[in-house]
Amino acid sequence: MTTLTQHAQRRETSKADKLGSKAFNRLAATCLTLSALIWLVPFAWSVITSFRPAEEITANPVAIWSDNYTFDAYTSAFKLNSIGWWYLNSFLISTLAVVFTVVVCSLIAFGLAHLRFKGKGALTVLILAGLMVPMEALVLPQFIEFRSLGLLGTYWALILPATASPVAVFVFRSFLKGIPEPLIEAARIDGASWWRIYRQICMPLCRPAVSAVAIFTFITTWNAFLWPLLVLTQTKSQTIPVGLSGLLGATGVNQAEVLASAVLGLLPLLVVFLVAQRQIVQGVASTGIK
Amino acid sequence: MTTTTAAPAPGIARVETTTVETSGRDNKAGWLFSTPFLLLYALFLIGPVVLGLIISFFNTATVKSDLGRFVAFENYADVLGSLDFWKSMWHSTLFTLLTVPFLVVLPLLAAVFASRISRNQWLYRIAFFAPYVVPSASVCLIFAFMYAPEVGLFAKAFGAVGLPAPDFLGSTNGAWFAVTMLTVWWTFGFNFVLYTAALQEIPEETYEAAAIDGATPWQQLRSITVPLLRPTISLVLMLQILASLKVFDQIFILLQGGPNLSTRPVIQYIYDTGFTTYRGGYAAAATMVYFVILVAVSAVWMIATRRRGADA
Repeated sequence: MTTLTQHAQRRETSKADKLGSKAFNRLAATCLTLSALIWLVPFAWSVITSFRPAEEITANPVAIWSDNYTFDAYTSAFKLNSIGWWYLNSFLISTLAVVFTVVVCSLIAFGLAHLRFKGKGALTVLILAGLMVPMEALVLPQFIEFRSLGLLGTYWALILPATASPVAVFVFRSFLKGIPEPLIEAARIDGASWWRIYRQICMPLCRPAVSAVAIFTFITTWNAFLWPLLVLTQTKSQTIPVGLSGLLGATGVNQAEVLASAVLGLLPLLVVFLVAQRQIVQGVASTGIK
Repeated sequence: MTTTTAAPAPGIARVETTTVETSGRDNKAGWLFSTPFLLLYALFLIGPVVLGLIISFFNTATVKSDLGRFVAFENYADVLGSLDFWKSMWHSTLFTLLTVPFLVVLPLLAAVFASRISRNQWLYRIAFFAPYVVPSASVCLIFAFMYAPEVGLFAKAFGAVGLPAPDFLGSTNGAWFAVTMLTVWWTFGFNFVLYTAALQEIPEETYEAAAIDGATPWQQLRSITVPLLRPTISLVLMLQILASLKVFDQIFILLQGGPNLSTRPVIQYIYDTGFTTYRGGYAAAATMVYFVILVAVSAVWMIATRRRGADA
């Protein structure tokens, strides 16, 4: 008898609970969708405004409606500023940084993962310690060093420091360690050199790590601000973020133009993001790269 | 850190025999593979740390190529006695205090909510995470107009609920509000992704069992989700504190550290003393003090988590 009532009671509560949880889920969905839409406002608003004619914006700055949307702001953004140059600089620097980082970091990671050599332990600790170094705090000595090397104002000043990335080494290393040792042993016994094993066995298997490191290097190099601000002082040699930052408070540029430039600055990254969403999200989740 | 670690290679004994005969060649190959990275690493990471330490003991002027006069700890004494340095240090700390609660708690809530919903995941990912990948300059340009007095979106929003809008870019309080909002919008997604990944690790059955026992969603959250997420929460907290202490871009682009340097963070202080007034040695000493503070923060965290790990 008692068990029966208990049973009935439990069924009752679990039903009530299911209802409660359904309501909770609905609440969660509503809250979240609402905040997601709010989160999209800055993007949406800047894109829409950048297509509105300047006079309309002056008359009514926050309206989203326009009878005559126009590309004017984009064409004049290209004409007035050196935005074309900035694009070119950013693309070249980011692409070269990606290539160098992938090659250099995967090489040492391969050594650390599959070769036994003297000093490997110390090397690992040294690179691990590099994770602790806040690069933002080192711009001054870095600047002085680059000046004495004669590298200021060159692409190399932006590419080379990005290349020595401890995080990339550890991403490659953990991935390479997943390649079974017997596979490599077998190749060794067949007489393959370490270089061949790296090139023809490990790197092809390592493609996900390569794309993760490539995407992250591209994003961080493209977005870098403080260091390029110091190193590239001529207008035409600047990167997108540095060039754009100068538009704020500059006279003679209107709101549509500034917002069009901002949109142009973030567009390539939005494309990268949309194409490589899954890898980016997984990369963040598994490494916590910040 | 949740770095993916591969399982140790099986059969250590077997490997041992081959090592003996090939170790000489492996040695050379190992160093050859490491050399390109090590050169760059020595030049661009270790180099600046060492150079910064050296310069901090000299009266170096950033515009000249020589080191200047050896002044021992004079720069350090100056930095530690400088009101402006401590003000900027306080601004970075204040920024950390303002942003960390939002960026640790709100993404957690959002991730918990998102984990209970199967639809629209793509929307949340794009809305919350896309801002994180775009450059700070673009974000600042967009927000500068949203913060515009009287005509900007924020002023209108305040007006709509009948509140007087603060002067976002012209007053100190308004500026902190502006920079905090911008940063929360911009970097929210990073922590959201970390939490989402951790939530996916919690097995569905745990919740089902709790639901059968009659636990409400709120109880489930309190007694399952939060305890199981504790390591992730502390990781996010730590990464966020370090990231916030390194703030520079937003405050510099949006406000130039103003009004009246009342929001200038410590990195901008180093930048100003090193590159505007050219006091290289002094700025290097400030760098080192700041550097030690950052390392100390992470060391405290590492000791704390290790101790907790030992207790558990």
